[in-house]
Amino acid sequence: MLLINCPYCGERPELEFVHGGQAHIARPGNPAECSDQQWAEYLYRRDNIKGVHAERWRHVHGCGRFFNALRDTTSDQFLATYKVGEQPPAQPRKATA
Amino acid sequence: MRDLSAARQAPYVAASPLVRPLPPLTRLLLRGGSDALAAALAALGLPFTEAACRAVSQSDRSALWLGPDERLLLAPQQQLIELTELLREALAGRAHCLVDVSHRQCALEVSGPQAAVVLNCGCPLDLDAHAFPVGMCTRTVLAKAEIVLWRSGERSFHVEVWRSFAAYVSKVLALAARELSP
Ligand SMILES: [Zn+2]
Repeated sequence: MLLINCPYCGERPELEFVHGGQAHIARPGNPAECSDQQWAEYLYRRDNIKGVHAERWRHVHGCGRFFNALRDTTSDQFLATYKVGEQPPAQPRKATA
Repeated sequence: MRDLSAARQAPYVAASPLVRPLPPLTRLLLRGGSDALAAALAALGLPFTEAACRAVSQSDRSALWLGPDERLLLAPQQQLIELTELLREALAGRAHCLVDVSHRQCALEVSGPQAAVVLNCGCPLDLDAHAFPVGMCTRTVLAKAEIVLWRSGERSFHVEVWRSFAAYVSKVLALAARELSP
């Protein structure tokens, strides 16, 4: 089974987690000043990366916390996990698979 | 006031030599920052630790770590009023959330030399004594239900399960136990 390293609980089986979409998307400070285009981009437009992707995950059947992860979308390998509010690790180890 | 005691009958638990229902408990779910948690546990006579997935116990009271800001407090059933009074005092002026979940879930004990093996039939965690020592606790899954698993002894586990899942979870465990013991 794929193990995911929860920043709070350590390595845990994949089925305790849910995917939470792309990470590091900041809500516009003043939505009223956004154009429809800008607001739609914030709501709906997401990257579709082939390679290392920063994502939100939630340890829903564990500590319940959201955290961020760098995952290689081609190999499904998790390169790093880190707490919300932290910067993604600058140089995650290279994907081997 | 309407008598709700009928709704509080013990849920059905499948009979198995390794699984037995535990008596009703007072269960309080406490969420808050470290200061609120520390104050609450001190009021209950429990040591405070931020160590992940660890339960602390003192006489008949326990606090189970469920998350960095979340603890499940367990005590004998008759201590509900006493505990809420103590916590009301200790938590006054501190941001927190305290919910009585005594009747939301019930407890099973899985015990015996095969206890970990039986649980592993539905739970994917490593339950070896080194990876999951006595005193470790966590929310996890058992087959298709969510449980809180707490290793209360070398060969015994305390399982908290939502009462409507108790029949399902106990049947899964009974089936696993039957496969193991001819
Ligand atoms: Zn976790």
